[in-house]
Amino acid sequence: MRYNQPSPLEVRVISQHFDLPNSTSIETYLANDGYVAIRKVLGMTPEAIIEELKTSSLRGRGGAGFPTGMKWSFVPRNTGKPTYVICNSDESEPGTCKDRLLMENDPHQLIEGMLIAGWTIKSNRGYIFIRGEYRYLIDIVDRAIEEAYERGYLGKNILGSGWDFDLYTHTGAGAYECGEESALLESLEGKRGIPRMKPPFPAVVGAFQSPTILNNTETYSSIPVIFRNGGAWYAGLGTPKNGGTRLMCVSGHVNRPGVYELPMGFNLMRLINEVCGGVRNGKKLKAVIPGGSSSPALKANECDIPLDYDSLAKAKTMAGSGGLVVLDEDTDIVAVALRTMKFYAHESCGWCIPCREGTTWLKKILSRYHEGGGRRSDIDLIGELAANMLGRTFCPLGDAAAMPTAAFVAKFRDDFEAYLEKNKSAQAPELAVV
Amino acid sequence: MTFSPALEARFEKLLNSYPPGRQRSAVVPMLLYAQDEIGCVTQELVEEVARRCGVTPLQVDEVIGYYSMLHRKPLGKYHVQVCTNIACQALGAEDLYEHASRTLCVGNREVTPDGLISLEEVECMGACSWAPAIQINYDFHHHVTPERFDRLMQALRDGVYEKERDTKFSNAVQPTEPA
Amino acid sequence: MADLVNLTIDGRQLQAAPGTLLINAAKEAGISIPSFCYYDGLALQAACRMCLVEVEKTPKLQVACTLPVTEGMVVHTDSPQVRQARKGMLEFLLTNHPLDCPVCDKGGECELQDMVFRYGAGESRFIDTKVHVDEKQWSPIVFYDAPRCILCYRCVRICGEGLGVNALGIGNRGVASEIVPNRGDHLECDECGACIDICPVGALTSGTYRYKTRPWEMRHSPTICTHCSNGCKTTLGVRNGEIMRANNRDHSGVNGEFLCVKGRYAFDFNGHPDRLTSPLVRVNGELRPASWAIALATVAKKWTELKARKSNFGVIGSNHTSNEENYLLQKFAREVLGTSNIDHHRTGDVAGLLQALHGRSNALATTADLYNTKAALVVDSDLAQEQPFLAFHLRANMRHHKAHVYVVTPGPVREDNYATSVRAELGQEFEALESLRERLAAEPELVILFGAAIKGEAVNRLVAFGDSLGIPVKYVCLVDYSNSRGASDMGVLPDLLPGYQPAAEPGWNYDQILAAPDLDALWVVGANPLSRHQLAAKNAFVVVQDLFLTETAQRADVVLPAASAYEKNGTVTNVCGDVQKLSRGPKTMGAKPDLEIIALLAREMRHNWGSITPEAAFAEIRSTVRGYNVPFVVIETGGAAAATPSMDGTNFQSQPELIRPANNTLYTSGTLGRFSKMLNSLMEAPGELYHDPRKKPVVKEGSVQLETTRTEK
Ligand SMILES: Cc1cc2nc3c(=O)[nH]c(=O)nc-3n(C[C@H](O)[C@H](O)[C@H](O)COP(=O)(O)O)c2cc1C
Ligand code: SF4
Ligand code: FES
Repeated sequence: MRYNQPSPLEVRVISQHFDLPNSTSIETYLANDGYVAIRKVLGMTPEAIIEELKTSSLRGRGGAGFPTGMKWSFVPRNTGKPTYVICNSDESEPGTCKDRLLMENDPHQLIEGMLIAGWTIKSNRGYIFIRGEYRYLIDIVDRAIEEAYERGYLGKNILGSGWDFDLYTHTGAGAYECGEESALLESLEGKRGIPRMKPPFPAVVGAFQSPTILNNTETYSSIPVIFRNGGAWYAGLGTPKNGGTRLMCVSGHVNRPGVYELPMGFNLMRLINEVCGGVRNGKKLKAVIPGGSSSPALKANECDIPLDYDSLAKAKTMAGSGGLVVLDEDTDIVAVALRTMKFYAHESCGWCIPCREGTTWLKKILSRYHEGGGRRSDIDLIGELAANMLGRTFCPLGDAAAMPTAAFVAKFRDDFEAYLEKNKSAQAPELAVV
Repeated sequence: MTFSPALEARFEKLLNSYPPGRQRSAVVPMLLYAQDEIGCVTQELVEEVARRCGVTPLQVDEVIGYYSMLHRKPLGKYHVQVCTNIACQALGAEDLYEHASRTLCVGNREVTPDGLISLEEVECMGACSWAPAIQINYDFHHHVTPERFDRLMQALRDGVYEKERDTKFSNAVQPTEPA
Repeated sequence: MADLVNLTIDGRQLQAAPGTLLINAAKEAGISIPSFCYYDGLALQAACRMCLVEVEKTPKLQVACTLPVTEGMVVHTDSPQVRQARKGMLEFLLTNHPLDCPVCDKGGECELQDMVFRYGAGESRFIDTKVHVDEKQWSPIVFYDAPRCILCYRCVRICGEGLGVNALGIGNRGVASEIVPNRGDHLECDECGACIDICPVGALTSGTYRYKTRPWEMRHSPTICTHCSNGCKTTLGVRNGEIMRANNRDHSGVNGEFLCVKGRYAFDFNGHPDRLTSPLVRVNGELRPASWAIALATVAKKWTELKARKSNFGVIGSNHTSNEENYLLQKFAREVLGTSNIDHHRTGDVAGLLQALHGRSNALATTADLYNTKAALVVDSDLAQEQPFLAFHLRANMRHHKAHVYVVTPGPVREDNYATSVRAELGQEFEALESLRERLAAEPELVILFGAAIKGEAVNRLVAFGDSLGIPVKYVCLVDYSNSRGASDMGVLPDLLPGYQPAAEPGWNYDQILAAPDLDALWVVGANPLSRHQLAAKNAFVVVQDLFLTETAQRADVVLPAASAYEKNGTVTNVCGDVQKLSRGPKTMGAKPDLEIIALLAREMRHNWGSITPEAAFAEIRSTVRGYNVPFVVIETGGAAAATPSMDGTNFQSQPELIRPANNTLYTSGTLGRFSKMLNSLMEAPGELYHDPRKKPVVKEGSVQLETTRTEK
């Protein structure tokens, strides 16, 4: 189903089937080059497959942007243990709503991508970990899996290759942290979603203590087309080292928010103005959160930037999950910072001290600040507490909470100062509790 | 403890979907699916899931406390979840939540006296580009204004929600050829 | 052995074995890296982030508790960045920690206090409200105060990994995370209190101790637990002569950090109101308080008379009194009273084992062996109930060294969770052992622990079975009570002198003493035979030394109030032969240590034994008792050294009918246990041996992949 009108500027590669009637059915998929890639891949060696992926310069769409080909090459061969292919469809990064569309409109594309991963490491079993809130998608994906079994694309002796592969869906039950790969694996094993110590990484010790490929929904969904059209072709769609296209989820104060498939490196201002029809109500742009709530916001004057991993990293933020929140000049940044921190405090798994206590403390300060009880010293305190979390937590969730917060106070200090002016009378006294 | 035949079938499929000896994996899905059927996680359910998955009740308890969708108290027949995370917030979700709370006369995670509707302020639900969004049980509703919210609540009260869900309240946009 | 790794910590060149964790490598070199969640021997958590250090060439601070040392690593544990990180971590921790130190039990011995004192900030920048949750009581002895909890998960791990009980878990998430008990709002567990002891802060407190005293008001007296035979060191906190608590502060005993419910809580018999505080002498058929002088004189006079008439004496010694007391008791019996009619309640066939092993050395397993052996076999014992520390020790061996454990028992035992178990009725053990033969023979070595059902001829058979495996085998004869081994080793036996030397003329044994109609005098020291047996000699003159007016004491003509093991100095020998030191903690007015009583009686009977002190007696034991020449310094400094008794004669005749198992569970301790209110209040917990775990779900552990072979009854 489509929830927003497409844009003529889109490059529809992985969303090309979205608007077809019955796009979820295997008939439609097969009629549109579906399961062609897996036939090709079944004739390839793991080395060749990984080489092709490296050529495509496909990078993980889940957040970290790790080169997919390289990740697959880390999976050890012949350990005697089974291997697993896991799809991270826990999509919970605020601002992100693309995996949902991929599963809702083209589940077979995802299945085919996972099949290719499975064949590469000779895995016999895969799981699609879908967040609990996406219940209706479990039904859609389960139906697609059934169809694939019926047609011999899943199950025993796939397409006469002698190779077996079973695929299952698995539901989460409300926990952002379960999107973190090792917490996801814990959750898959029926435990609390507490991340694991790394190393070892999932490639070596993953699901059920075995070597595992774990990628995001969109990453897997991008793979069939790479093998249909070639890695070089795919790489050519994007910028160097940032191959292909990605689904950009634009939300916030634009005229036409929506999910649009655009080539990597697409300019952010063009995205806002040309794809999304500009900032709403003729307002001026204030900031863009470019890669989900974990990415530090860009100020309006920083937004003339290509949307790819490396350019955004250079601007000290990240492409993250592809969730872009556009904020106009009227936006209350303190409120955004507070809402962001509320989220992380709610989602912190509680395992480690700096994240558990840091997010809660920051939430309390921001909350008081937002209600008018802020002190001038709080502004620096927020920055310092964020710095005390950064790089010191057990898993990257702590960083994800600290980074945007540090950026909010650093880049929008004026907004914080203005709060003090507005609420002079209500300020809490400067006091040090000894 | 007995469940509906459909749920039993689902459980059977579930337990078979994990590698041998890994039935513990079914704990979270089982709890969630069973909760949907019986309304909440009861002590009896805890023991039952523990038994079927070969774990201790404590191990099930630990899981229940962790996952925010699992709850020990019954919620309304329709659980209305309002996202107020940043994308929705930008488009007035906090006001929408206030409106919901005021008009339904319930606070966060509370149930209307008739047991029909419960309300919860939730984190990002994956509808950011079509904000503000709410979920009624597992159904998404996009671009929810206070007026649209009121109409949805009325449909719940009038018992016509299921009938109108895919027509009157559809989220779909018919794709038009881009100009 | 692999080459050592070179590294530099704080400018010092060090070497460490590959795989060593940085935190331990530093500790070895005397550099302490602070931590809360890291705990030696328990699973790694990396949760508290207190141990962050700077490692050159890595961009972020590294967690020393999970980082193995690598060649050429350069580490800074005290750089400004590291200090700042620690300070920040403690600041985070204190945001929700109530600063109720003035009333907190842990005040003064709290790791968080110490940490903040050393590394923390002097002021707080936190002005918002703290999360508050009310305190909860989970059992008669376990209380949990969630806000104080720093979530180091030590309690969860010691209960699960250490004890195998798995009664604690983690509930909720984020800042609401807390420790939760296994029964929703209460605990169903061993009540061992290990979680309380291991808690670095005052989050878990004990029902017996909370809000009673401050740690610095107590004298901390390390001694050996007086209940079962495992010989755990327990540190008594004594205030004004009263025991306030027992815990395990210095971890220097054989038991490391372990203590069971008895060691930790069943000290309260000591202050029981029924303790005898004055000698009693029977006057006109009635026991009346008397002075020590009169009571001792009465006994000496009567014994001197009887001895002159060549009367029949019988002496029943104790399996709770010290080695020194046991030694002097048999010496008194043999030298002063001139009798060999001496025995004690035997709970295992120790002498039988020594006879079966005669001629070999190194065939008795020490406590340490149980932790180091590659394989162990338990025959006829519900180890977790009857030998709680040995069970803990074996588990630790399984966890740390992947030792294989085999169990042959008549019913389910906790070891089934990780061991290879075979069910066999008493008497059918040897068939069951045959079924394990192949696997046992494939082990590189084995320790066999056997219960009281294996006695007499069966001991020989078991040793023959061990020999037939063709691998090195060591043995532990499982006994109960704190100094059963000592009683046996010290010759409180009719046919064996100290060190298992044959007695020239064997005397009456336990049953014979009680059954002899012509017994003239019975002397019972720290035992209660009349709780189970009749005394045939109706007119015998009976002297009893005890803590309480037991069934036996009620029959006495003279009762002498004895000090408990917690009130005396001396040594005891545990089930594996490890000798450890008792040291006097509290004192009960009016009671005297048995050693002193024996010495006073000797003097009263005009025997010049010189100055009798526990130290002098121990010196005599070391120089005269075979196998007891244990290193003095080790014992004196609170360590453990194994005695190595042996038997050379083959003319010893084992008397299996005298071996009677004590069948104590975690919640019973013979007569003594009856006087512990604490133990009795915990009786609700499953206290039967071979309790069916199916009544209570147990977790199958993943660390050792051994199949469990169960032959059901
Ligand atoms: C706190 C946290 C939450 C995450 N949530 C998600 C998520 O919802 N979906 C996802 O695909 N990746 C998520 N990730 C990233 C995953 O850990 C992992 O890097 C990713 O799934 C790997 O797939 P990729 O290489 O295809 O991107 C999250 C990471 C962190 C630290
Ligand atoms: S940073 Fe720590 S508390 Fe936060 S989610 Fe990760 S492990 Fe859990
Ligand atoms: S922010 Fe509301 S659905 Fe994502």
